[in-house]
Amino acid sequence: MDANANMHLTLNVWRQRNNSTEGGFVTYEVSDVSPDMSFLEMLDVLNERLVHEGKEPIAFDHDCREGICGSCSMYINGRPHGPLKGVATCQLHMRSFKSGDTIAIEPWRAVAFPVIKDLVTDRTAFDRIIASGGFVSVNTGNARDANSIPVRKENADDAFMAASCIGCGACVAACKNSSAMLFVSAKISQLALLPQGQTERKIRAEKMVAQMDSEGFGACSNTGACSAECPKEISLDTIARTNREYLGAKMTSSAV
Amino acid sequence: MSWLTQTLSSSIGKKLVMALTGLFLCTFLIVHLVGNLQVFKSDEGLAFNSYTVFMTTNPFIKTISWGLYAMILLHAIDGLYLAYVNRRARGSVGYKRFDNQSSWASRNMAILGTVLFLFIVVHMANFWYSYNFGEVPYKRYTVDLTEGRLLNTEVMPEDYRLSTKMEQSLNEEGTAKTVIVKDLFSRVERTFSNPLVVLFYLLGVAALAYHMAHGFWSAFQTVGLNHPKYTPLIQGIGLWIFGILIPVIFAAMPVYIFFRNAM
Ligand code: HEM
Ligand code: SF4
Ligand code: FES
Repeated sequence: MDANANMHLTLNVWRQRNNSTEGGFVTYEVSDVSPDMSFLEMLDVLNERLVHEGKEPIAFDHDCREGICGSCSMYINGRPHGPLKGVATCQLHMRSFKSGDTIAIEPWRAVAFPVIKDLVTDRTAFDRIIASGGFVSVNTGNARDANSIPVRKENADDAFMAASCIGCGACVAACKNSSAMLFVSAKISQLALLPQGQTERKIRAEKMVAQMDSEGFGACSNTGACSAECPKEISLDTIARTNREYLGAKMTSSAV
Repeated sequence: MSWLTQTLSSSIGKKLVMALTGLFLCTFLIVHLVGNLQVFKSDEGLAFNSYTVFMTTNPFIKTISWGLYAMILLHAIDGLYLAYVNRRARGSVGYKRFDNQSSWASRNMAILGTVLFLFIVVHMANFWYSYNFGEVPYKRYTVDLTEGRLLNTEVMPEDYRLSTKMEQSLNEEGTAKTVIVKDLFSRVERTFSNPLVVLFYLLGVAALAYHMAHGFWSAFQTVGLNHPKYTPLIQGIGLWIFGILIPVIFAAMPVYIFFRNAM
């Protein structure tokens, strides 16, 4: 078969009018899908057809379409962001599928991420976790002269890796416990590793974990599904660090 | 102390309790395994029965065993509560397709733990309960001390009772020793003569193997110990020693007794 020939696919898409109605799967046949289309472009084409047919288009989140904003959340064939490793849905191309495939497309499933409509979930729980402590309170000003604040190379690298988290929520979606530990650990790690983050290091760990728990995310069972599915491949080391940061902070901070 | 209750009731704190109790249970496994190796001796249970007396009368070990029972209960209750909270966090609508990139054992710790819990209950009813509260007969062993050879054994009558679990005496020349001891080993042999019981024990050991293949490493991760120099070693020990070697030796015990009886 010609690798560039257009594909025919069967999509099983979760449709749900809003949070207070029940949803269900609707099947769509799509033809003339180019293998070079991105997954979102394939949905765009289907949506265009639905609009022409006078039907409600499928609602899904997207913004940058270049793998940096973290909004394109969808569970594709049993995996968040689809079958590829280290790739967000917007960077997934149809050449990763075969003509004739059936593809299940579902929203993230977690009590803390309620469905707003179709594939769109409300992920403001992540924003509230960040607002609880994922920041440095004082303005740290412009970039300093290089070397005026020494940072170990390893710390700079690890902090940068952690900072690459795009807050997409795939970790929560993949986790059987809907745990947000990988996301929270990426954010805690990023700041705990850099000099600017030291002043609020303990209170940050205490507050962010408390907020995470109160949002209704589950606890971490160390299954590793989060890291395996993370489009930025955030590692499980960050979770061990957060356990250290949190337990250490609880045992030694001045908050009695 | 509100900080302490806050810590222990947080998601990370609940896992800390799992990890610390779980690692304590892991050290217990080693002690239990080494002690029970006595069942492989061909001395009609003398070493096993004497070891049992030591384990159930030594005040230090008795204290530790009550701690152990508490740890098992704490670990089980905390584990099942976590499983409930975690299940609730997922919500009522599941995925139609869920192709999870994680090990089966890591996703089924609560089911494995429940099997383990049932196993522990049956195991304690079989031996701990009958030894302490049931009717276990006494047995007399006569040992030649010059050669360390077992001269003869005699099962005491059903209604024979001593005020202690074991009594030892020497003959006048000091060349032979007579030991009268509660014969738990006869219970072990009788219990493992039933193939269904042996199968149940193998099921329990299989659950242990999977629980350990994930649990041992996981406990280190929970307490924050993850380092490129040591984590591969910890994972190796978890899989090969706690997940394979220890369960295989445990499994060999009922199987060995079953076939030795049947021969
Ligand atoms: C010989 C007996 C047992 C040993 C040695 C043992 C050991 C462990 C260890 C080391 C962990 C890892 C803790 C962590 O992830 O931080 C663990 C986890 C767990 N254990 Fe056990 N355990 C035993 C029996 C049980 C029993 C009887 C139950 C309960 C019904 C149970 C339920 C669990 C659960 C649910 C977890 C996972 C918790 C989570 O990650 O969410 N275990 N166990
Ligand atoms: S840790 Fe990875 S999967 Fe989780 S929110 Fe960040 S980028 Fe997404
Ligand atoms: S749309 Fe921004 S990461 Fe996919």
